[in-house]
Amino acid sequence: MPVVQIRERAVHVDDEGFLSRPEEWDEDLAKALAEQIGITLTDRHWEVLRFLRADYAERGQTPTTRRVDVVGGVPVKEQFALFPRKPGRKMAYVAGLPKPHGCV
Amino acid sequence: MKHLLILGGGTAGTMVANRLLHRLRVERDFWRLTVVDRDDRHLYQPGLLTVPFGAATPDQLVRSRRRYLEPGVELVLGEVEGVDPARGRVHLEDGRVLPYDYLVVASGTSPRPDQTPGMAGDQWRRRVHEFYTPDGAVALHRRLERWLGGRVVVHVTEMPIKCPVAPLEFTFLLDDALRRGGLRAGTELTYVTPLDGAFTQPVARERLGGMLDARGVRVRTDFVVDRVDDGRLVSVDDREVPFDLLVTVPVNLGADFVARSGMGDELQDVPVDPGTLMSRAHPGVFAVGDATDVPTSKAGSVAHFEADVFADNLVSYDRGRPMTRLYDGHANCFVESGRGRALLLDFGYDAEPLPGRYPLPVVGPLSLLAETRANHWAKAATQRLYWNVLLHGRPVPIPSRAPRREPAATRAAA
Repeated sequence: MPVVQIRERAVHVDDEGFLSRPEEWDEDLAKALAEQIGITLTDRHWEVLRFLRADYAERGQTPTTRRVDVVGGVPVKEQFALFPRKPGRKMAYVAGLPKPHGCV
Repeated sequence: MKHLLILGGGTAGTMVANRLLHRLRVERDFWRLTVVDRDDRHLYQPGLLTVPFGAATPDQLVRSRRRYLEPGVELVLGEVEGVDPARGRVHLEDGRVLPYDYLVVASGTSPRPDQTPGMAGDQWRRRVHEFYTPDGAVALHRRLERWLGGRVVVHVTEMPIKCPVAPLEFTFLLDDALRRGGLRAGTELTYVTPLDGAFTQPVARERLGGMLDARGVRVRTDFVVDRVDDGRLVSVDDREVPFDLLVTVPVNLGADFVARSGMGDELQDVPVDPGTLMSRAHPGVFAVGDATDVPTSKAGSVAHFEADVFADNLVSYDRGRPMTRLYDGHANCFVESGRGRALLLDFGYDAEPLPGRYPLPVVGPLSLLAETRANHWAKAATQRLYWNVLLHGRPVPIPSRAPRREPAATRAAA
C-alpha cells in the first residue's frame, strides 16, 4: 500500500487516495483531507462523518448515501450540498473509509 | 426433529433446500424442510433480458417450483405477513402460523419504481419501462417493436441492483438490435448511472471502459435521480437528461415482510455476517441470495456458491460447532455484448474481475473479461444447466471459492 504524508503524518492509502487503514484516521486528519478536496468542515459535516465512522465500525462497510439518509438522518440532497458532485466518495474520503463498493 | 423453514422458492431458496437435503441424507439426519412461496411459478430470471428483443416469452422462462424441489422438501403456498424471530414463528397472511427451529430468508429483491417520484406515474410502461419483471419485459418488447428513432436513456436508479451488469447488457443488445433494424443512426443512446463510471472496478474499467464508447453510447455518471418529470430525468443536483424512451432499473428493495418484521436495513435487505450468512441480530436466522446485504453481486451464481457453504455451516451450527466454511463473495456472470458475443466475469469480496480462463464443465474453459462467441453460447446453455443441474443442489465441478488474486491496490503498490 502506498504511504503518503498528510500534514507531516504518514498514512496508508489505496491507489485512488482513500485511507486503507481506517484506524489511522482522526479528526485532525479529516480536516486536512477535507481541505484537499476544497471542503471546510461545519458542524453538519461532522455529524455526517461521525455517523460514517460509527456505522463502519459496526458493519465493516462504508455506508451508502441512502443509508446516510435513512439511518443517519441526512437527506441525499443535503449530502450533495455538503459534499458536492460525488457525496458517496467524498464522505468516505474525508471519513478515512474505503471507497463505497461498486460491483463491476 | 428439526424444522428448517425457507422463505422463498426461487434460485437461492431452492438451491439451499435441495443442497441441505442431500447433505442431511448423507448424515442420515432427519429434518423437516419447508419452502414457503406465494405461488408455484419459478422464473428463470436471467432470461428476462432477452424478452424485450423478442428472443423469449415469459412463459418459456417459468416452471413449477414444486417440480424443482427434491422429494422430501415441502412447499407451502402463502404470502408471508411477518416473522417473529423471538418466538421462532412465521405468520402467513391467511392466518397460518409456521414454527421453525432455523429460518432462511431467501425472498429476493424487487424493482420498486414507487420509490422515485414521478417514475411510476402515468408514463409507466408507456414512455418509462423496466425489464426485470415479466410484465415489464413484455411491455418494453412491444414498445421497441414500434420504435422509429429518438432518445433512449438506459438508467440505473441506485445500487445495489439485481444482476448489476444487466443494464449494460441491455444497452449492448439494444445497440445491436437497432443497428440490425437500421434504426441506430436515428437513435441517441445514453447510459445514466449513479456510479462514477459504467464499470467501477479498476480492471473491468480498464478492459471494458471503451465498450460503450465504441458503440457511440453517451455516458452520464454520478447521476443520482431526484425525480422523473415529463420526459426528463432530473438529478438531486439539478442536472437533466431528456428522453423519449426511458429504460430504468428502479430502486431494488427486499421483501416488505422483512421490513415489517424489523429484520431489514435501509433497503429491506437482511444484515448478515458476510462469511456465515447468519443474521447479525437473530442467531439461527440466515439469509441467502438477493435477500442479504453482503457486498457482492445480487446474482444467481452467488446463490449457488452460498448454498455450497450454507448447508455445511448449518449442520455445524446445529451441533454447536463453529461455522468454518466461510463464503468469500464468489460470483461470476456473463455479460452479453451483442453481435453473438459475451464476456465472463469472475470475482469475490476481495478479488476483482480479472482476465484469464474459467473452467466451466461440459462447455470447457471460457475466456474471462473478453468478448467471445463461446461465452455467448455458454450463457445460452446456462439456462439448461440451471434447470437440469444447478437447482438440484448436487455438487458441480465449479470452484466454489473466489479466485485467489490480490486486489488492484495491492498489486499497484507491489
